[in-house]
Amino acid sequence: MARLVGRRALFAVPVLLVVTFGVFAVAAASPFDPVKAYAGTAGLTASQENLDQLRANLGVDRPLAARWWDWLTSALTGDFGDSSTLRQPVADAIGERIGWSVLLAATAFVVAILLGTALGVLAARRPGGWLDRAVTSLAYTLEAAPPFWLGLLAVWLFALKLGVLPSGGLTDTASSTVTAGQVASHLVLPAAVLAISQLPWFVLYVRQGVGDALGDDPVRGARARGLAERTVLLGHALRSGMLPVLTLIGSRVPELITGALLVETVFSWPGIAAATVQAATSVDFPLLAALTALATVAVLLGNLVADLLYGLADPRVGFDG
Amino acid sequence: MRARSIRGAGATATAAAIAVAASACSAPGDGGSDAKDSAVVGIAYEPETLSPLLGYGKDGNSKIFDGLLTHDADMKLKPALAAELPEVADDGKTYTYKLRKGVKFSDGKPFSAKDVVFTYETILDKKTNNASKTELDAVRSVEAKDADTVVFHLKYPYAPFAERTVLPIAPEHVAGKQDVNTGTFTTKPVGTGPYKLVKWSKGEKLTFKANPDYWGGAPKVKNFTMAIIKDDDIRATRLDAGELDGAILPPNLAKKYKSDDAKNTYAAKTFDYRVVTLPTGNEVTGDTDIRRALDTGVNRKAMVDSILYGEGKEAYGPVPTDSPWFTKGTERKFDADKAKKILDDAGWKPGKDGIREKDGVQAKFPLWYLSGDKLRQDHALAYASDAKKIGVKVEVQSGTWEVIEPRMPKDAVLAGGGSPADPDFDQYTLLKSSLAGDGFNNMAHYDNPKVDKALEEARKSGDHAKRQAAYDTIQRELVKNPGYTFLTHIDHLYVVDKKFGDLTTQVEPHDHGLASGPWWNVEDWQPKK
Repeated sequence: MARLVGRRALFAVPVLLVVTFGVFAVAAASPFDPVKAYAGTAGLTASQENLDQLRANLGVDRPLAARWWDWLTSALTGDFGDSSTLRQPVADAIGERIGWSVLLAATAFVVAILLGTALGVLAARRPGGWLDRAVTSLAYTLEAAPPFWLGLLAVWLFALKLGVLPSGGLTDTASSTVTAGQVASHLVLPAAVLAISQLPWFVLYVRQGVGDALGDDPVRGARARGLAERTVLLGHALRSGMLPVLTLIGSRVPELITGALLVETVFSWPGIAAATVQAATSVDFPLLAALTALATVAVLLGNLVADLLYGLADPRVGFDG
Repeated sequence: MRARSIRGAGATATAAAIAVAASACSAPGDGGSDAKDSAVVGIAYEPETLSPLLGYGKDGNSKIFDGLLTHDADMKLKPALAAELPEVADDGKTYTYKLRKGVKFSDGKPFSAKDVVFTYETILDKKTNNASKTELDAVRSVEAKDADTVVFHLKYPYAPFAERTVLPIAPEHVAGKQDVNTGTFTTKPVGTGPYKLVKWSKGEKLTFKANPDYWGGAPKVKNFTMAIIKDDDIRATRLDAGELDGAILPPNLAKKYKSDDAKNTYAAKTFDYRVVTLPTGNEVTGDTDIRRALDTGVNRKAMVDSILYGEGKEAYGPVPTDSPWFTKGTERKFDADKAKKILDDAGWKPGKDGIREKDGVQAKFPLWYLSGDKLRQDHALAYASDAKKIGVKVEVQSGTWEVIEPRMPKDAVLAGGGSPADPDFDQYTLLKSSLAGDGFNNMAHYDNPKVDKALEEARKSGDHAKRQAAYDTIQRELVKNPGYTFLTHIDHLYVVDKKFGDLTTQVEPHDHGLASGPWWNVEDWQPKK
């Protein structure tokens, strides 16, 4: 197990190098001008001399490889540079926001896994039954619905028509303090939307896995021994049916990140979404590279966790595989 | 995973669902602020920084800070951190400010002349990433004569200089001790203003608390929140849901509040213009007859009515028709027949498809607008449709500034701008021939020696009558040889709850800064009991 973790950590190094260099290369090739983005509307009246000075101060006219190397070497010492668009150190900019994004994504993920497993088991119990048909067709429909659209729909229904939930923000607009109760009520809609957008994959995987397991020998054996249906379903079928789901958990992380970006935009959730979009369109190299590196780490970790869980759940799978 | 742990997980999930449902039930309707001493407004724009050293609040009125001078409701200058208006000497090259005594920053430290010198010197420093420093181009040096006197020495006589000294003053004892471009001062500012920043939750809101020791008296509205909601529809929704007391809205959404008994609608007059640049580098747009024909051949009234829903006015130059600087008699009446006659007389004859031709050149040119900007798109399409009626083909195209900028010397652009403080600010950068192609200045590469001369006279002279005469000359020249087709000046619309009484708005610039809107003087609001 330790060897698996160690090997993955080693593997992560070249991946991170390639990904961050890729970000610098793509950003440098983009038609966006970081100086224009930095200056904003003031740039529309600034003199050329002023803009040239800005370009020199921001260091954006230096060669791509040099900029990447500087960023990389100072990042290794814990200095991620200064974000040009947010006018603050990258570490501060990310530190202020990442917690809220993690809270949103983690809540949604847990809800999606629990609800997905429950619905999947119910559907698998009687394949072809009305519950199965309802759950599967709902899952296929949701699979096609973009989170952005789901979000707008949720705001329209719960905030505007029913008036039961706040439509956006982290806390009530008028309040200046962040309390757990307020955050909880403001979290409901965005987390629910994000969870629902992730739900179909879990439902379908669990349904398939449990359905297959119900036809396997161990389950038929258990039934033959006269064990209660509940024990058979949850103790035997679910256990082996959950295995593909564990792999799925890892592979859903990238989708979860992009889904969270869209949901944060709809609900004015103060996570890293706005910063990511801004970093990309204003060619804010240090912030963009740090955010991409972070997302890459999240995906690699997700895969590692999935493999570890898989190994723990099924002793036949070795950690060296 | 055993059955027992699955049951356990189920129980946890149920408990979580109940907890979520319970918190959901407690949420409804407690979002609005009924307290009369607090106000929540929705704005569409978030500043990148709150540091005046990087350009925040440069046009005055920043809530957290004060400038040496400030504007009243009529945009007249009045003293703020200065005790009186400046003394101008040395033919307009020396400005002396006496400072108000006993003013303190909100951290309790006293304000003095050295903070003023620090602020201006830092902005002018090459290492400071301030994109607006060109505006202080006239300054040669700033000097603290004593603790209460500051003297500005200018490179050349600059009549509107006092207008530039509305920019906020930063405390040297805080901002001087950190990196000016990225230090904590850019997000946690300290100033002398009527409000203190409590928290800036980026992407969500800015919350302010009244400064009880404000030199101008403690504000009645104790808590002030600016919620940042970029989407127009979501802002209107949250206004409806009672989460906001006021908001800026586009004309089509503001309309429905006119009949709302609980809310007032305010239309702020502006200098915010939309204009088509007619670059001299293009053989069609560079032709004076084409320019004059377009000037009379576009129906500005129709644009105001259909694009702005009547919330704006026709524009004939950067100076709005209701400004005292506007030259009466330079209005161009919409007259398509006259426009056609100008072209006929000049030898632009209708060719195939009705597009006019002269010496083998077709009367057509591209017109760019910033992609995603609906208002500019509507203006561009209306312009093209009017031009087509007089036989000029305008090909409307959209792009980002990166695409548009290299094409500016030859292609027309649907641009916007406007600063109300002084007529010099817009006209000098739009029309001065030496600034052609300098960044976004003089985008049309306009070159008219009479205008150049008048621009210099107007900025150097401290005499109001002389300046007025010079600006009259410029506006009359623009009738004879328009380098731009000015289309409209756009009103900015706001909706605010009536509990705050009748409010006022200032004449607003092109930018939707934080200080725009009826809350420009929130520190003076007297909420109804």
